[in-house]
Amino acid sequence: MAGREPQVASRQPINPGEGLMKEMILEYIKNEYIDEDEADEIVLDENTPLISSGIVDSFSMVSLKRFLERKYSISIPDEEASPEAFNTVTSIIALVNKHVAKKT
Amino acid sequence: MTSSLSRAVDYQDLRKEITWDVSKRELGYTEGSPVNLAHLCIDRHVEAGRGETLALVHENHDGELRHFTYRDLMLLTNGWAGFLRGLGIKNLDRVCLFLDRVPELYIGFMGILKVGAVVEPLFSAFGEDALHSRMEDSAAVAIITQRKHLGKVRRVRERVPSLKTVIVIDHEEDGRPLREGEVAYSMMANRLETFPVFKTYPETPSVLHYTSGTTGKPKGAMHVHGSVFAQYLTTKVVLDLKDDDIYWCTADPGWVTGTSYGIIGPWALGVTQIVVDAGFSSDRWYETIEKHRVTVWYTAPTAIRMLMKDGLDPVKRHDHSSLRHMCSVGEPLNPEAVRWGREAFGLDYHDTFWQTETGSIMITNLPGMPVKPGSMGRPFPALEAAIVDPRSGEPITSPGRVGLIAIRPPWPSMMRTYWNNSATYYGKFLNGWYICGDQASLDADGYFWFCGRDDDVINTGGHLVGPFEIESALLEHEAVAESAAIGKPDPVNMEVVKVFVALRPGYTPSDDLELSIMNHVRKRLSPLAMPQEIAFVDKVPKTRSGKILRRVLRAQEMGLPTGDISTMDDN
Repeated sequence: MAGREPQVASRQPINPGEGLMKEMILEYIKNEYIDEDEADEIVLDENTPLISSGIVDSFSMVSLKRFLERKYSISIPDEEASPEAFNTVTSIIALVNKHVAKKT
Repeated sequence: MTSSLSRAVDYQDLRKEITWDVSKRELGYTEGSPVNLAHLCIDRHVEAGRGETLALVHENHDGELRHFTYRDLMLLTNGWAGFLRGLGIKNLDRVCLFLDRVPELYIGFMGILKVGAVVEPLFSAFGEDALHSRMEDSAAVAIITQRKHLGKVRRVRERVPSLKTVIVIDHEEDGRPLREGEVAYSMMANRLETFPVFKTYPETPSVLHYTSGTTGKPKGAMHVHGSVFAQYLTTKVVLDLKDDDIYWCTADPGWVTGTSYGIIGPWALGVTQIVVDAGFSSDRWYETIEKHRVTVWYTAPTAIRMLMKDGLDPVKRHDHSSLRHMCSVGEPLNPEAVRWGREAFGLDYHDTFWQTETGSIMITNLPGMPVKPGSMGRPFPALEAAIVDPRSGEPITSPGRVGLIAIRPPWPSMMRTYWNNSATYYGKFLNGWYICGDQASLDADGYFWFCGRDDDVINTGGHLVGPFEIESALLEHEAVAESAAIGKPDPVNMEVVKVFVALRPGYTPSDDLELSIMNHVRKRLSPLAMPQEIAFVDKVPKTRSGKILRRVLRAQEMGLPTGDISTMDDN
């Protein structure tokens, strides 16, 4: 939870390697969308279905999209934020990279 | 009595033909005899020699299929009832279901009813606050859940003193130790040939569904076993289900559509239904229709608009020739969605209007009746419904004049009270009418046209969310001093939650704080209640007596006049 000194990492534009980006997104999903009692039990990797398996629902996608936009200083148009585009961390990385590339 | 899509229907003829007595007769009910929903929906079919008919085809998110006949359901619900009785659960005890759309949810629902207890369905995405407020209010004695949701149950358990037993359905797959008061139950290993179904009557409580209002905590609408007379008849007439249909209701049984028409209605008619426990995607939905040869489909405007967003190409990639009837519920169906349905499937979406409290469809587009895109349709023929003046409760007959949607009580599936809150229940009636809380007008042909809610409740994706619940959850966030929640118009979800937040001293608006507040509400209440937009303000507009003026914020949001603000606190 945010306090007087937000714990969330810097929002400066970055161009991380995909490995770092993958770890960051996986970490965020684990922390925010998986019950803390289950977090150690669920196998979550870049190809785990998120939307079709119900880990992230269509309403919660909005907060995930917001996180990605903040984190990578990008803007993802609503029409691109489809369940398919958000279904795995791999597809999310592709979407983020596309918009990071647009900035440069 | 028949209903058919192949002939045009005369509404006045239907008014004479379709009565609740028809339903009672077809279900074999005689005045004064016992009625148990589970017996009518399951055992009755087995006794009539239809035990081998498929009742449920279940598909999980990996696409694995499981098939259950009516005979399977009878044995498995007997198993549930025997197990629950062994735990000491007795008639009228409240038993919660807190499960994803797994077979145990649908079959356990009927098992609870067989033992005479009351089912309390809880949406599996509920957070701790939403779970706690409902379980505490109902004084639930047991909850049926799965490992995935056990953590949330454990965290609220101490605050629900009535809760004696937590039943975990997938312990064997998981194997981690359970705690005191938690028991494992494996449904498939517990088939009982016979169980003495508890003798319930039409007025015996059956299902307790919580619904949100403008003020206070969610209210529990109490339904009774006799509701089946309305759910049976509306399923037969409006959804037009017949013996050989394959029916797909996309609603989650955490909400009333998912129980009235996702469990009770189709099984009361002995029909095969499909359940898909997977998140939304256009392709997956079209694949479901194609793979299972779905003939009748009951869905929601939000889902239809999400399908529309993906265009017609995905529709064309799949065979939907099995479909013959489509209905929609949850929020007004916009004319564009009806037109798109015609283009995509060659069929009309038939809008239906009803609510948790009414238990079954009230206003509807009937099969065979011309659909006016954007209209809610006409009253279900066994009912008397009207648009009434909000002050006098007198019916308004002049076309186009806006009033409140009202239904003349009683009807079999109307709630019998709000649990622990009969004062609010009695407040729902005016001049002999039940007032739904929605504004509409009539046209010259007697069709109803929806105008809006008459209160501050937010309708998002077809689900009602109470602003008070959101504001209460927001106050638990360390940065929030005060807040107001409203529904902001949204092209897909009809409304989404927008909140206005005044921060405590020492906090300043930031993107990170915004995300933190969103996630806070999502976890405490549910993803539906999560604000999709946050505005940081210096203060929230209130009356001098401290009531939040949400209508002012809503008007500002929509660029409309704010109306009378003379009572607003300007300090």
